[in-house]
Amino acid sequence: MFVQQIIQNLIHFLPEMVLTATFCIAILAGLIFRNNSKVVGWVAFIGVMTALLFVINQSGTSEEIFSGMIAVDPFAVFFKSLTAICALIIILFSAYSVEVQTTVKRMAEYYALLITMTLGMFLMAGATNLLMMVLAMELTSYSSYILAGYTKEASDSSEASLKYIIYGAVSSGVMLYGVSILFGLSGAMNYSGINRALTLSAPNYYALLIATIFIVVGFGYKISAVPFHFWTPDVYEGAPITITAFLSVASKAAGFAMMMRFFKVIFIDTTILALPSGVWISLYHFEWNKLLVILSVLTMTLGNLVAVWQDNLKRLLAYSSIAHAGYMLMGVVLLSDKGVAAVLIYFVMYLFMNLGAFYVVMLVANKTGSEDISAFRGLGYRSPIISVAMAIFLVSLTGLPPTAGFIGKFYLFSAVLDARWIWLAVVGAVNSVISLYYYARVLRYMFLRDAKDNLENLHILRIEALILLVLAIPTLIFGLYFAPIVDLANASVQMFGLH
Amino acid sequence: MTFQLFGIGILSWITFLPVIGMIIVLLIPKEARSAMKWTAVGITFLQVVLAVVIYANFNYNLGGINSQEGMQFVEKAKWIDIKSVSWFGRVLIEYFLGVDGISVPMVILTALISFIAVIASWKIDKALKGYMALLLLLDTGMMGVFVALDFFLFYVFWELMLLPMYFLIGVWGGPRREYAAIKFFLYTLAGSVLMLLAMIALYFSVTIIDPASGEKLHTFNLLAMMNPANFEPNSLLAGFGTHMRALAYVALFIGFAIKVPIFPFHTWLPDAHVEAPTAISVILAGVLLKMGAYGLIRISFPIFPELAQKYAFALAILAFINIVYGALCAMAQTDFKKLIAYSSVSHMGIVLLGMSALNTQGMMGAVFQMFNHGTITAMLFLIVGVIYDRAHTRDLNAFGGLALTMPKYTGIMTVAFFAALGLPGLSGFVSEAFSFLGAFQVDKLRVITMASTLGIVLTAAYMLWTLQRVFLGKANEKWSTMPDVDGREIFMLAPLAIIILVLGIYPSFMLNIMTSSVNHLVDLVAKGGAAVALIP
Repeated sequence: MFVQQIIQNLIHFLPEMVLTATFCIAILAGLIFRNNSKVVGWVAFIGVMTALLFVINQSGTSEEIFSGMIAVDPFAVFFKSLTAICALIIILFSAYSVEVQTTVKRMAEYYALLITMTLGMFLMAGATNLLMMVLAMELTSYSSYILAGYTKEASDSSEASLKYIIYGAVSSGVMLYGVSILFGLSGAMNYSGINRALTLSAPNYYALLIATIFIVVGFGYKISAVPFHFWTPDVYEGAPITITAFLSVASKAAGFAMMMRFFKVIFIDTTILALPSGVWISLYHFEWNKLLVILSVLTMTLGNLVAVWQDNLKRLLAYSSIAHAGYMLMGVVLLSDKGVAAVLIYFVMYLFMNLGAFYVVMLVANKTGSEDISAFRGLGYRSPIISVAMAIFLVSLTGLPPTAGFIGKFYLFSAVLDARWIWLAVVGAVNSVISLYYYARVLRYMFLRDAKDNLENLHILRIEALILLVLAIPTLIFGLYFAPIVDLANASVQMFGLH
Repeated sequence: MTFQLFGIGILSWITFLPVIGMIIVLLIPKEARSAMKWTAVGITFLQVVLAVVIYANFNYNLGGINSQEGMQFVEKAKWIDIKSVSWFGRVLIEYFLGVDGISVPMVILTALISFIAVIASWKIDKALKGYMALLLLLDTGMMGVFVALDFFLFYVFWELMLLPMYFLIGVWGGPRREYAAIKFFLYTLAGSVLMLLAMIALYFSVTIIDPASGEKLHTFNLLAMMNPANFEPNSLLAGFGTHMRALAYVALFIGFAIKVPIFPFHTWLPDAHVEAPTAISVILAGVLLKMGAYGLIRISFPIFPELAQKYAFALAILAFINIVYGALCAMAQTDFKKLIAYSSVSHMGIVLLGMSALNTQGMMGAVFQMFNHGTITAMLFLIVGVIYDRAHTRDLNAFGGLALTMPKYTGIMTVAFFAALGLPGLSGFVSEAFSFLGAFQVDKLRVITMASTLGIVLTAAYMLWTLQRVFLGKANEKWSTMPDVDGREIFMLAPLAIIILVLGIYPSFMLNIMTSSVNHLVDLVAKGGAAVALIP
């Protein structure tokens, strides 16, 4: 009976199974084609593509599988698709990254770990059980520790990896402690089970608060929220750019998915149903969102202020991604579906613009060997295509129309104002003005300063230009025509067990 | 008669022609420099032609402001339509263009100034392709602001201008261009994010019934926002004179004030003007500053009439500071361009004073002054550009006796100078007189108005003093061989001089267009204020 149920559930687990199979094939292919990294790249690409197709095929279902371990619902499908698309783009990046391709012999490891990381994120997006949540997070983390230190030759890469492990170990330890307290309070592991238990009898308030704070430490680490962000700049700077880009988008998205599901399903007051316009109420007014709102303000302000001083572009983008996490946290604290939808919309826009910015940094680093802002000097005249694309990405990151970033910000601010958190909206708005300063600084180097004589013109391959276009065109189009994205996000807010 | 070509209305054409031009310029090979220039000239000239067509076919009797029937050359289409989700409601953003008596003068001004700016850019050397492309993109942004009647659309155009402007100042500007460019960018963005928040708050407060489906929907339609009945009860900005409304009004006001610029938000202006190349200074002073005042008239006043009345006195005080402080600053300058920049601050103060009167004369004076200031200051900046091209200095004390070496130049310049100081018979006088007249009629503002007239004396002082230092007196040997204005320069200065003269003698060419709309607006604001009186 139990076995039968598991076998039945496997049909909803196809994407994850495909990824697992891809992982094995990638390792085998790496053993067979030792000197040709392209084969493994293709294996990974096709594997993730197949997984993505299976994920898309899942849209519309709303099930909980493996006795309440994982949910397959529109919310999970959205984040799984996002992660898979991001992984596909990163695999493309990797194929043209000088940094990664210098180690042909170990390419199989690289792609295999990328796949396990994606698998971990898939599980994070769907986890509805405390154990599953921790396991999924660990799977993602371990893969990323190794990948962050992938270029063994570079000392900062190893340093990054070590820092990452230490921070990761501490915060997941703290989180695990929080999880155990929560389990002790509710006697359940499944989110809905915890919710039911908490509804029936109110636990000790302080115990619940401490458990929540501890768990937030884990989430904060994953989405690099201040004050759990210290690893981010170093890891982003030290890791290969491809991995940095992947961490900054997919890992963050998976963290947000896990966090939103955790807070919404566990603390929603199910006795009060059908509140208007998608607003819900926290159980006995346990104000977990007040915790997050502090994080949100700290994260965006500190991220933006520190980014102003950065000269290394990877570090600059690291702090910018911290700031963006802060913006998105605004959507989480509102206790409204509008807020959640705004976060989803933001992630779609963020995917293109942030990956684009990292890709440009990678291209310039490939050709000049430098990630410093001075490598961008006069780039507007040395390589118009790269720099115009970069300008589009940066303007979008600032949130100016007519780019995708503006739509993301617009929906976030809309949700915040609709929930009448006016001061929070003002803080967010002021922050986007600060962010303009450092994004415009890159523009300044690219266009306002003449190239020195020793800097040569950069030529890019046709395929590189194509990848740039693939990222730049959506960044512009979604700024002008965003209805499909909003529709998708609105439909994807649904989590299993609610609504 | 509908004004369409290929099924696209005239306002879309006039707005998006420059984008077509931009694409053409980008496709022209690098070496064909004159082809790029002529494309830009051709496109902007077509724009002027379309502006003339709009002017010629404009119906003087329609008021516009808050009624769609009163708007002319209307184009309306769905841009973003997101189907209803129970908790989200339907989202509808329209592509809604239209003009009334307040926007038409601005449309004409934008077309004219853009055309002249392209001619003034003839000698740009560095990266001509990028320059022309950005200039044309900027043109679209400016034109769009003046024809958009959907707040979202308005905002997109408003922001669209920022980036081209940043690059035009930053790449082609003077020695301190980087600083000036980022300062301009940061100031305006700070203003526009506040405007964004106010816009979203308005959006959530206003609902209309969709005639097609009968469902209630939120809207960005500016006209719908002007009707108090459309505000949802208990929404953020419902009611009259509430704190929330005051907050939104102030947020909008700061957004527009930075653009005008109103003291104390004016400090970006001297930097930007001084560092920008001539053509861009012309656009900045000629069109960009008007957008702030236009925003106040088009958006703030009709949507928040009770607050427009409540804060009219405060606005008049700011106007006074702008007028007198701007004039005093101008007097202290030795840099010719900076002097003109501060004179803009002073002259925009007169626009504000006229607006704060909230009566027909004042408002008429304000809108007319916006147009006149656009033409006069554009001319002044061109004049500075002419002299800077030749002498490579703008120090007022370095010149002298130019009237001897450059008689034609001096003649044209005199028109602009006297128009700026408000000599009767030139256009500046009419609008200034209307503004002061309007403000004087309001009891509360009488003292401020009288004090503000001090600004006129100061303006006359610094203008005449400049005239004396540069053009009269002993001729400086150094400039004795300086050539007089050439054909191209006359060609860009003459149309402006003619407009200034003609409107000075017969202002009705412009006033007739505005009358109905201004009356309508004044009426609307007064009625909104009456509603306040009912609620204690």
